[in-house]
Amino acid sequence: MNRDQSAVADEQPLASAEPIADPILEVDHLIMNYRTKDGPVSAVQDVSFSVGRGESLGLVGESGCGKTSIALSLMRLLPDNAEVQNGKIILDGENILDLDDEAMRQTRWDDIAMVFQGAMNSWNPVYRVGDQIREAIDLHWDVKPTVVEANARIAELFELVGLDPSMADRYPHEFSGGMKQRAVIAMALSCDPKVIIADEPTTALDVIVQEQVLEELRSIQHEFGMSIIYISHDIAVIAEITDHLGVMYAGKLVEHGETADVFARPRHPYAWLLLSSTPSVTGPKLQLSPLEGEPPNLVNPPTGCRFHPRCPFATDQCSAEEPPMEEIAPGHTVACWNHEQVPEMETSRA
Amino acid sequence: MTDIVESVEKPVDPSTRVKVDHLKKYFPISKSMFRRADDFVHAVDDVSFEIKAGRSLGLVGESGCGKTTTGRILVKLEEASEGSVQIRDQAIDEMVEITEITSKGDRKDFRKNVQMIFQDPYESMNPRRTVYDAVAEPLVVQKIGSTPDREKRVVELLTLVGLTPAESYLFRYPHELSGGQRQRVAIARALVMNPSFVVADEPTSMLDVSIRISIMQLMSDLADELGVTYLYITHDLAVARYMCNRIAVMYLGKIVELAPTEELLANPMHPYTRALLSAVPVPDPSYDRPDVEILGGVSKAINPEAVCRFIERCPFAEDKCRELDHPPLDDRAEEHFVACHLVTPDGTWTGAERAELDLRS
Amino acid sequence: MTDTAIPPGDLVPDEDINVPEESLWRIRLRLFGSTMRKNWSIFSRNRLGVVGVLFVGFFGFLAILQPILMATVWSDQKDIYDPVVGHDSVILSKTVVPDGEVEDSLSQMSFTEAMIAGEFFPEEGMIIEVPIAPAPPNVKHFLGTDPFGRDILSQLMKSSQAAFTLGVIAAVSAVTLATLVGSVAAYYGGWIDSSLMRLADLILLLPLLPLLIVIGSFWDVGLVQLGLLIGILAGLGGTAIILKSQALSVKVKPFNDAARVAGGSNWHIISRHIIPNVLPLSFLYMMFEVTGAIFLEATLSFFGLLSIPMSWGIMINTAHTQGYTLFGLRAWWLLFPAGLSVTLFAAGFFLIGRAMDEVVNPRLRAR
Repeated sequence: MNRDQSAVADEQPLASAEPIADPILEVDHLIMNYRTKDGPVSAVQDVSFSVGRGESLGLVGESGCGKTSIALSLMRLLPDNAEVQNGKIILDGENILDLDDEAMRQTRWDDIAMVFQGAMNSWNPVYRVGDQIREAIDLHWDVKPTVVEANARIAELFELVGLDPSMADRYPHEFSGGMKQRAVIAMALSCDPKVIIADEPTTALDVIVQEQVLEELRSIQHEFGMSIIYISHDIAVIAEITDHLGVMYAGKLVEHGETADVFARPRHPYAWLLLSSTPSVTGPKLQLSPLEGEPPNLVNPPTGCRFHPRCPFATDQCSAEEPPMEEIAPGHTVACWNHEQVPEMETSRA
Repeated sequence: MTDIVESVEKPVDPSTRVKVDHLKKYFPISKSMFRRADDFVHAVDDVSFEIKAGRSLGLVGESGCGKTTTGRILVKLEEASEGSVQIRDQAIDEMVEITEITSKGDRKDFRKNVQMIFQDPYESMNPRRTVYDAVAEPLVVQKIGSTPDREKRVVELLTLVGLTPAESYLFRYPHELSGGQRQRVAIARALVMNPSFVVADEPTSMLDVSIRISIMQLMSDLADELGVTYLYITHDLAVARYMCNRIAVMYLGKIVELAPTEELLANPMHPYTRALLSAVPVPDPSYDRPDVEILGGVSKAINPEAVCRFIERCPFAEDKCRELDHPPLDDRAEEHFVACHLVTPDGTWTGAERAELDLRS
Repeated sequence: MTDTAIPPGDLVPDEDINVPEESLWRIRLRLFGSTMRKNWSIFSRNRLGVVGVLFVGFFGFLAILQPILMATVWSDQKDIYDPVVGHDSVILSKTVVPDGEVEDSLSQMSFTEAMIAGEFFPEEGMIIEVPIAPAPPNVKHFLGTDPFGRDILSQLMKSSQAAFTLGVIAAVSAVTLATLVGSVAAYYGGWIDSSLMRLADLILLLPLLPLLIVIGSFWDVGLVQLGLLIGILAGLGGTAIILKSQALSVKVKPFNDAARVAGGSNWHIISRHIIPNVLPLSFLYMMFEVTGAIFLEATLSFFGLLSIPMSWGIMINTAHTQGYTLFGLRAWWLLFPAGLSVTLFAAGFFLIGRAMDEVVNPRLRAR
């Protein structure tokens, strides 16, 4: 597969700094817990954000920060012991939390699709890849297509993600890791969704394949005007492909803004520490500052601001009260009492 | 074919800790239980490098390049098919050919001298054994010290790796610890016998990003304090930059480029190194990514031909690359080794036009 | 030149090194205790498992009770209550009814024998005292007596002992063998693995019951011999294959590599790393071995092929060979207690095994 090296998709002009008008997806004060035998685990705590049409949002955070829980909530694929306590998820004007199971089943995949973490391993080894994608199509298209129509669509999708259409007749074990991931993306695209959630889409891939897959995702996004939510713990990947980003910690959204703005001047101590502790191959070799401590136990989260035990700027107020999200610059919000203490980045990362 | 580095006859520089020469590991693919294998996977194919005392070498590459296998051969979890691996035994201050170790006593000395830190903090500890059991195991199987001595040594090491108060960690089980804590235990265990050489196989790739740096710093600090030599295996070039003095880039069982770290980033010569460096994601939204110069061909891992391994994917491949054998790894400029027919002995690129690539700027 | 001294470490000042006061083995005992307590709390959440423990506990109680009773309550009546050689003919008093029939049909049989022998001629109004064996439950014998006049309850208790003996021998030997075979086969692979697995296949092919029947016919097979026989055959057979696959999944985990890099020998890795991780599954299978062994013994005893003094199978066999199986419910105390014991004993172990599954396999636990 030779790629035209010079035809890198042009960056769309960055979204305007005003609040997004007519967003395709709006999450409003979402609160979600898991019931466990040790007590309720507060996985998503009052998270609000919106995604514009044709835009990409990144959700960054570590294990246990709630980003996958949000993704599952958006798809309403939560396990039995999860409960949404509060909040709205408005997809193209409709609150999907209010939909009954049947209506949600139709919305799912048709309007909002997901590329799961480790999805490349979720192919059923005894069925051909094309058959598995056709199964998704059969279940979700309003009018069930004929086999010919479905196959044509699959061939189209494969070309879109850079796979040879004839591979649709092969079994998953004949695909490499990168090819499997591309096929998963093809399956997510099969019903022309408005929003795609990509949960760690390239984590298990080698770096060169990863770059190719991310490129493809970006060009697909621009070509179809789709919105994509990228979920990753890898800040570098998020920096590459998102217009906006939200930093999550222990179930809370602690910083949100345009990717360029957040990277240039992170305001939340966690975001600042995260960016200062990410090694990079470019630029001069910087001194990296480590983050002390461990992510908190969500059965018993810290009082007040959940980050305060690890925060170098913490004050008494931080352990007593949770800071609200405030807008400190156009389009850039942060939840921290002491965000003014957070220094500039050592070398500008933007 | 010119030989790499020094030939084996020359006496080894006293500060060299590890010297690998023409290491090969071929895995047979057996068709049946009764027929001998004809096909081999060339996992490690003629690899040579040196590591000086107290320095760290990074072995970098994508999956299947042979870096993990090389590491495993160096700790004798695999046996080499061919080639020599010499590691300095600090007790006797002599280079020992580890591929020829036969006696139990020699093997014990080897194990005291060379240790490994594993990738998966969750699976590299036996869930039924405590932290004390894990860290003391090397002492127990080597019959070193009495029980009180061992307890003392384990406590000492746990303190060293930052698991304090050590007594409270001694008898915890792995499932009671976090990933970062488990990896600290792994480091303690690797250092308990005061080895002179440690192979670290992706020790941070399964940890959360916020913990990675503290573990990496711990490892460098301990290396400095204890004078340990490292071989650091990783697929993450950014991490390798921070942990290693020199980096060797591997492709399909061969080292294609080996240079001091910052030099490699400032002046990558081999097309594969350039492709790799161009593809690494960078935590900077304004970064203008250079094009990744690589083709979509597939390189053969099984019974490869003698030609340059990278040929199917190299956008600069010329006729002479198809005619000659795989290029040797030669010193082109101040300890900067490259294996490419299109690079002259003094480091000039003679292939098709390509952009300057200096990541440090 | 192996050095046995601890390598010098001077990076941490001595005063910072605080070694715990307790000796190592005591700490380990404590840890073991807390692990057991934790496992019990998981186990006891499963009601069926607790029921199983109650069943087994009940039979354990019976087994212990027998020698106690023999030494105390029954000490002066040993010849009556001994389960094997005791004898007690319960005297029942019955009136002869006009047409020569007696209410109790069992005594009818004894009558008939006596009449046929020409020794007895019933007359109307006669009060006859008839020694009866087997006798239905009465005050002296809570579960009655068997056709030879032996106390059923005593027999039941003695059989519990036999059941435990057999069960334990069979299960422990089977599982020890299977764990070793499985772990060694998994660890070494190659021809060792192949030969052990082919042996296991061969043993699987053997029909166990017919084999035991044949053996029982030619040789005197006692409890211990039977236990070992079952244990060895089961241990080298199917269970070995199952435990081997468990050992295989343990073998590929990196902690084995870590142990090898530390300098561990093959045996160290097998015994300290692989086997401890296979053992939970082994214990599980031990429970099922017991049920298998019990049923085998009952069957073999039913056919009279074993040289065992007393067991539930033998109780049923006695009833059968004396012709009482055809009496069905009317001779219920001859068949019912023994049969029920077999079932409950086996069921107890089975339920324990099932409940242990949750302990062994954390993924099965309720969230």
